[in-house]
Amino acid sequence: METETTTGLEKPEAVEKWRTHLLPAGLAILVLLNLLIFMEHFGFDIVSRYYKGILILAFINIILAVSLNLINGITGLFSIGHAGFMAVGAYVSALLTLNMGRWELVSSQVQAVLQFPLVLLAGGLAAALAGLVIGIPTLRLRGEYLAIATLGFGEIIRVVALNLNITRGARGIPSIPNYTNFWWAQLFAVLTVVIIWNIVHSNHGRAMVAIREDEIAAEAMGINTTYYKVLSFTIGAFFAGVAGGLLAHHLTFISPKGFDVLKSIEILLMVVLGGLGSITGSVIAAIVLTALPEVLRFLQAYRMVIYAGTLVVLMIFRPQGFFGRAEVNLAFFKSLFRSRVEEEMKSRSEERGGNGGSA
Amino acid sequence: MALLKVEDLSLSFGGLRAVSGFNLEIKPGELVGLIGPNGAGKTTVFNILTGFYQPQEGRVFFDGTEITGLGCHRINRLGIGRTFQNIRLFNELTVLENVKIAYQYAGGYSWRHTIFRTGSYRRYEQEIAEWALSRLEILDLAGKAEEIAKNLPYGEQRRLEIARALAGRPKLLLLDEPAAGMNPQETMELLELIQWLRQEFSLTILLIEHDMSLVMKLCERILVLDYGMTIAEGSPEEIRNNPRVIEAYLGEEVS
Ligand SMILES: Nc1ncnc2c1ncn2[C@@H]1O[C@H](COP(=O)(O)OP(=O)(O)OP(=O)(O)O)[C@@H](O)[C@H]1O
Ligand SMILES: [Mg+2]
Repeated sequence: METETTTGLEKPEAVEKWRTHLLPAGLAILVLLNLLIFMEHFGFDIVSRYYKGILILAFINIILAVSLNLINGITGLFSIGHAGFMAVGAYVSALLTLNMGRWELVSSQVQAVLQFPLVLLAGGLAAALAGLVIGIPTLRLRGEYLAIATLGFGEIIRVVALNLNITRGARGIPSIPNYTNFWWAQLFAVLTVVIIWNIVHSNHGRAMVAIREDEIAAEAMGINTTYYKVLSFTIGAFFAGVAGGLLAHHLTFISPKGFDVLKSIEILLMVVLGGLGSITGSVIAAIVLTALPEVLRFLQAYRMVIYAGTLVVLMIFRPQGFFGRAEVNLAFFKSLFRSRVEEEMKSRSEERGGNGGSA
Repeated sequence: MALLKVEDLSLSFGGLRAVSGFNLEIKPGELVGLIGPNGAGKTTVFNILTGFYQPQEGRVFFDGTEITGLGCHRINRLGIGRTFQNIRLFNELTVLENVKIAYQYAGGYSWRHTIFRTGSYRRYEQEIAEWALSRLEILDLAGKAEEIAKNLPYGEQRRLEIARALAGRPKLLLLDEPAAGMNPQETMELLELIQWLRQEFSLTILLIEHDMSLVMKLCERILVLDYGMTIAEGSPEEIRNNPRVIEAYLGEEVS
């Protein structure tokens, strides 16, 4: 009885059904958007600046949510300092862009295209370094203590940004070149999702999931839990840093205010809403939570109240988030590129099923 | 040469001497039983051998090298596998994933293969899946590969713990009360299984068990712990007739 209700909660029929159509539908929409925006080059401005801005923010939020999910949902470490890593990436990349001289060999346009990914990478690496430094001492802490430590870290980063000369304190950094466009944001969001998906579905990802499930058993199975905890934290921080860099070059202005605790909680909400451990859920929740405030502009003042309320309601009625740990159903794509492994596994299990039936 | 050699192991929790001057030597291929009343310190010995606890005194040698003070995962990789008295499966994962995790380090593909999904990634993933499935077949769990671990009946959860421990290719297998919670039928099957595993993989086994009939039938040598100290050691026959053992188990039947 008890097991029946829990499995019932994990795989609601409705989710199970539309999961199959989710990936093809999502990719179709993405391709359409790409075509529409590409038409710009032929003089057709179909998607307005306003909508492109929302799309860019959605991509940035996808990076943030998916990377936090690696830490919180996959590895089971409760971190609420993601805005801190984002801030490191934003400041480092913005300052690099502003202080980079003219390269002599190429035109300024080409230079922008070449230097932007490098600058984002540098922002990501700086955030990863911060993750490593903060991770090694704090990841020994359990649950709520880790949450408090990461919260403290986020605040420290904010206070440092407020007090350093180079970050210009509360005045923030203005006139950052507007390098982030739809293409860059899309590229990095896709890269993030693909890389984190591949990590999760590898032996490294399995080690991280094992830590979430039972750290002691994971150690007993030969998994270096300290290594994988620090690694997951550092990778998550890296992508948060990249997202920060994209945001800085999108808004063209950053100040410590944009990276406060509320920002961390907003990202956490996306992860929890989508389902801790589900990359699909994080992507969808990031899109929804980017679009929703725009639709509900008139409720702007109550945004955090609505977020908190949603979280409370969710915790009561569906604590595992909308997707639980489920992912998009890849059946559609597997039928296109059916690999040898799967075929063999399938035929093996059929064989076994046949044996069981006859025995 | 002994596969496992334990010298004068001691560990106290506050004022409680959980293990006191414990010595043990196991030759390759032996099947040794560790018995004793509740709270005698048996599980604590396992926890020291596998690196979960650091002993306050004493040293542990495995396969010719000292492993005292090494981390748990390193000791596991050197070839000591274990199961847990109070089952510790990866509850929310499938049966197959539980076993894959235990084999994963041996799969050994690099980050490049992970991130770019190269051919090696596919090959290794296939190898891991096949290996894990073969471990499940051995323990007659292959039909349940896709079930969520926590939904398995108790006896099967215990078997899954063994499958998982085997996936890491141990030389020495530590079983902590593998028959606990099993019915007599399952216990008999477990007995045969352990004997077969031992032959098939030339395993060395150290076994904690309260079910005396199982221990007496299975082990060629038995150690009896009481209050952290070894009070007797010998063949099942010798243990059965040892007055100190009978006293320790006062009231309980040693048959
Ligand atoms: N982490 C710990 N902290 C404090 N005391 C402990 C700890 N682990 C074990 N003990 C104590 O050490 C003693 C030995 O415990 P242990 O679990 O090794 O017994 P056992 O022989 O396995 O008993 P059982 O047959 O009940 O499993 C017990 O008194 C127990 O309460
Ligand atoms: Mg015990």
